[in-house]
Amino acid sequence: MAHVASSASEAARARTATSAAASGRRGLFLLAALLVALPIALPNAYFYDVAIAVALNAIVCVGLNLLIGYAGQISLGHAGFFALGGYGSAILSGTHGWPAGLALLASSAAVGLLAFVVGRPTLRLKGHYLAMATLGLGIIISIVIATEDRVTGGPDGMPVPPLALLGWKIHGELAWYALTGAALLFTVWLALNLIESPVGRALRALHGSEVAAETLGIASAAYKLRVFVLSAVFAAAAGALTAHHAGFITPVQGSFMHSVGLVIMVVFGGMASIFGAVVGAAVLTTLPQVLTVLKDYEMMVFGAVLIVTMVFFPHGIVPTLARWWARRRA
Amino acid sequence: MSALRQPSPAASASEPGRAAVRDVACAHAPVLGVEGVSKSFGGVHAIEDVSFDVRPGTVHSIIGPNGAGKTTLLNMLAGIYVPDAGRIRLDGRDVAGLPTHRYAAAGIGRTFQNLQVFFNMTALENVMTGRHLHERCSMLSAMLRTPARARAEAACREVATRLLERVGLASHLAARADTMPYGALKRLEIARALAAEPRVLLLDEPAAGLNATEAREIETLIRELTADGTTVVLVEHNMRLVMEASDRIVVLDRGRLLADGTPAEIARDPQVIEAYLGAPQAKEAAHA
Repeated sequence: MAHVASSASEAARARTATSAAASGRRGLFLLAALLVALPIALPNAYFYDVAIAVALNAIVCVGLNLLIGYAGQISLGHAGFFALGGYGSAILSGTHGWPAGLALLASSAAVGLLAFVVGRPTLRLKGHYLAMATLGLGIIISIVIATEDRVTGGPDGMPVPPLALLGWKIHGELAWYALTGAALLFTVWLALNLIESPVGRALRALHGSEVAAETLGIASAAYKLRVFVLSAVFAAAAGALTAHHAGFITPVQGSFMHSVGLVIMVVFGGMASIFGAVVGAAVLTTLPQVLTVLKDYEMMVFGAVLIVTMVFFPHGIVPTLARWWARRRA
Repeated sequence: MSALRQPSPAASASEPGRAAVRDVACAHAPVLGVEGVSKSFGGVHAIEDVSFDVRPGTVHSIIGPNGAGKTTLLNMLAGIYVPDAGRIRLDGRDVAGLPTHRYAAAGIGRTFQNLQVFFNMTALENVMTGRHLHERCSMLSAMLRTPARARAEAACREVATRLLERVGLASHLAARADTMPYGALKRLEIARALAAEPRVLLLDEPAAGLNATEAREIETLIRELTADGTTVVLVEHNMRLVMEASDRIVVLDRGRLLADGTPAEIARDPQVIEAYLGAPQAKEAAHA
C-alpha cells in the first residue's frame, strides 16, 4: 500500500516539476522562433516599425502584468513612467551629450527611484490607493512634460539622438527589430524566472490572500513595492528605446489614455499570464494599424475590446485558450 | 478523497514519544505567554483581561460558546489584531504590536477557520510559499535564476512534496487549489503552515466540516506534531477531538477567561457546564 502510494507520488512529483517550468520554457522557445521567423513575412520598413512597437509595448505589459495580474495592484500611470524614461534618455543624451546607452540606463534607474518614492507610502495602505496615486502621478508627469518647454520642447516634443550600444550604432529597421526582439525575449525570460521563485510566489500569495501571506512571514507591502518599482523600470526602459527608435518624442506618450491602453492590453491578453501580456500588446498595437480608417475611434475600439473581454473571457485571451486546449486534450 | 482515508503509518508509534515530550515540557518555561490581553471593537469587549501560559510541546485548546472571542484571541496570537492592552510573549519576548509577518518570523504559524488557501496556485505551490521564511532570494537572483537559486528551488519543492505526503495529499501535488475538495484544503492549510516550521502552530477549527474519519486523522497529525516538539494552540468545536488531543484547555465565555485546566478538570468544572448548557441543566449534565 505504502509502496503504491509512494510510486504514485513520484510520478506526480515528476509531473509537477515539469509542468509549470516546462510550459514557460516551451512558450519562450516558441516566442524566439516566432521573432526569428517574422522578418520573412515583413515586406517593408512600415511592418518592421509595427513589429518593433509591438515588442516595446510587450515589454511594458510583461512588467505591468507582474504588478496587475500577479500582485493584484493596479497602476493607471505607467504611460508616465514610459514617457519619463523616454524624455530622461532624450534630455541626457541630446541636451547633455551623454552616450545614449548610458542615458537609457540612468533614466530607467531614476524612474525606478521615483516609483519607489511614490509607492512606498501608498502601498502600505490596503485597497486601491496605488491606482489613485499612479493616476495622479501620471497626470502630473504629462502636465510637467507639456509645460516645461525649455527642457522638453513642450507639446511639440523634442528630437532624440540615435542609440549606440558599446560603440555599435543601432541603425536601420532590422537592427532595431533584432534589438527590441532580444530585449523582449530577455524580459519574458526574467519574468518567467521571477514567477517560479519565492518572490513570484510571494506576489501571487498576497494577491490570493494577503492575511495568509502575512502569516507565512511575507512582508506584503515590501513585495508590492518591489514589483511596482520593477514594472516602472521596465516601462521606462521600453519608453527610452521607443524614443531613440522614433528619433522624436512627444507628450502623447505620457497621456492618461496611453496608461489605460496599457492596462487594457494586460487585461485583454490575460491577467497573471506572461505570454498573455505579449499577445495583448501584439493584438492591441496592431489593431489600430489595421483599422486606420477607425483612427478617430481608437479609444472606442479599445473600450469595446475591454467590455467584450470582461463579458466573454474575463481571464483574458491566452489563459482562456490555454484552458480550452487543456480540456480538449484531456 | 481516497488519500484522506489512508491510515497514517506513524499514528501508533507516536503515543510513547508524546508522553516523553510532555514530561520534558513541564520543566520548560512557557513558549507562549498571554498576559492580561484585551480587545474591543467599537465598545464591544471581545476579549477582556485574558491570561494563560502555553508550555512547549503541548496541545493547548481554546474552547467556548459561539461569540466567546476564540477567533479574536487567535487573531491576536497570530498578530492579525493588535491587543488594546496586555502582552503576548513568545519565549519571553513581547511581540504584541509587531506586524503580522514579524509574528511569523518569530515562530508563530496558523491555519484559518474560513479557508485562506491561495486559490491562484497549485497545492505544491501553496506549500512552497509556506517555505518563504526559509528562502534567501533577492529579486535579481530570482530573475536571473542563478544556479544556486535553481538548486534552492528544487530543494524547496522536495520539502513541500514531503509535507503534502505527510498530510496525505500526495495525489494532489499538481492540482490547482480551486479544484480540490474541502477536506483536502483543510490539510493543505496545515501543510502550508508547517512548511514555515513554526514553533507554535495555531489551528482554527481544523476539524470543522470534516467527517469522523477525517477528524481522527487531524487528531493523529496533531499528536505527531507535538511529538516533534511543535506547540499547538487549538480552537475547535469538536469536543471529542479537544478532549482527546489537549494537554490543557482554556475556556472563554463572553470574552473572559472562565477556566484553565486539564481536560479532566474542565469536564468537571460547574462554571464551564453552565456556560455551555445554561444554568438549569448544569446539575443534570454534571451527573451524566
